[in-house]
Amino acid sequence: MAATGTYTETFVELIRRASAELPAEVAEALRTGREAEQRGGLASIALNTILENVDLAREASAPICQDTGTPVVWVHHPTGVSTRAVKADFEAAVREATARTYLRPNAVNTLTGANTGDGSGRGIPFMHFEEWDEPRIEVRMILKGGGSENVGAQYKLPDGKLGAGRDLDGVRRAVLDAVVQAQGKGCAPGVLGVCIGGDRVSAFEASKRQLLRPLADTNPMPELAALEERILREGNELGIGPMGFGGSTTLLGVKIGVLDRLPACYFVTISYMCWAARKAGVSIGEGGELTWLS
Amino acid sequence: MAELKLPVDEKSIRALKVGDFVELTGRMITGRDAAHKWLLEDFRADVAPFLKDSVIYHCGPVVAKKGDGSWSFVAAGPTTSIREEPYQADVIGRYGLRGVIGKGGMGAKTLAGLGKHGAVYLHAVGGAAQVLARAIPRVERVFMLDEFGVPEALWVIEVQRFPVMVTMDSNGGSLHDEVEARSQAKLKELLARKA
Ligand code: SF4
Repeated sequence: MAATGTYTETFVELIRRASAELPAEVAEALRTGREAEQRGGLASIALNTILENVDLAREASAPICQDTGTPVVWVHHPTGVSTRAVKADFEAAVREATARTYLRPNAVNTLTGANTGDGSGRGIPFMHFEEWDEPRIEVRMILKGGGSENVGAQYKLPDGKLGAGRDLDGVRRAVLDAVVQAQGKGCAPGVLGVCIGGDRVSAFEASKRQLLRPLADTNPMPELAALEERILREGNELGIGPMGFGGSTTLLGVKIGVLDRLPACYFVTISYMCWAARKAGVSIGEGGELTWLS
Repeated sequence: MAELKLPVDEKSIRALKVGDFVELTGRMITGRDAAHKWLLEDFRADVAPFLKDSVIYHCGPVVAKKGDGSWSFVAAGPTTSIREEPYQADVIGRYGLRGVIGKGGMGAKTLAGLGKHGAVYLHAVGGAAQVLARAIPRVERVFMLDEFGVPEALWVIEVQRFPVMVTMDSNGGSLHDEVEARSQAKLKELLARKA
């Protein structure tokens, strides 16, 4: 189905916001991290540069990072909305946002190595649709950069080397190991989206969905809330620091979700989101009225 | 914070230590995967003078063409350096480079090359595309643009107070090795803790 164009402009603006405007809570977490670092040290200089960059990007409506990532999008819609039309509009918006340099042409033909040139490609953007009871459409997205995507990981428990069994302490071990493996390479400090359980299809999607949660929220499941807090604290004790320069700001947040699993499988899936933790959302009412979501 | 002028001599480079913060001013060149391979396939005499005693920046910039036909860097953060590990030490030796700018650090072969030839690895802040683009006031010329495309071409650029951290020096020091060893030790300790 061809793009109807109904939502294209809205989606272009959504993408612009995601690419140029780092969520205030992320900037706040970076500032808090800077306070904790030794003044004049590399970690504090790096965080200063990052924060200056965040302001410049917002003022200029320019990409925070030149790797504008993959748009990963979750749409909730009422009965009767054509998901094909919404998808076509979003793809058109990606192409338009690329033409306006809110996005870099970031889709490469895997077989030929040629850049598609317009930001869209097979499987890009990645979109997930779900029907709900509300009359409005809600679209939430992240821009997931390549450097941080490369340090994501999936563990299969039990893991003898880590002494990780099939329980929450095993999950803690796997996640901390992933943070050490990543060092600063995913542009630390990062936010972790984690999925416990699921399979190799569902778990990565679910781990990315965790990245939509506000940094300061509390997991409604008390055992997971406690685990998030502990991994955040211990992760920052590792001393990796911004960019891997050493320091106490390694993680800005840890968000953990859970899916049921097959008896034979116990996966721990980690999506690492770089400091440029770009996300944005919009709610489109029945009459087309827009509410921008943070 | 020290300002370092490019081109630079070996002595000044050997004086740099892991943990130093420096700002670069002068002329340097960009290059990533295609460029490194190409630089070793043959001696590229036309590009060589721009590498000698200067630094190569691992960067795939977003570039705008201005009305008068000149270029400008719109977004210019570092890309992951480790992909050039097979080539880097040889490129340094062959062309007399004094440094490499990128992110994530590099491996043992490069570290040895830095010591042998008198060069350093300089870490730019990953993702800081806007801050770094502003430290690049001018694009002088470009090599291999048609063949490699914008991100992979070799851009000769003028930089002004371009901020970088020395994370690998010419005396065998590597901040990346240090931080990794420390974090591994800490991990062991954390895993020894009870649930
Ligand atoms: S990991 Fe994130 S901040 Fe770093 S270069 Fe990639 S997109 Fe940019």
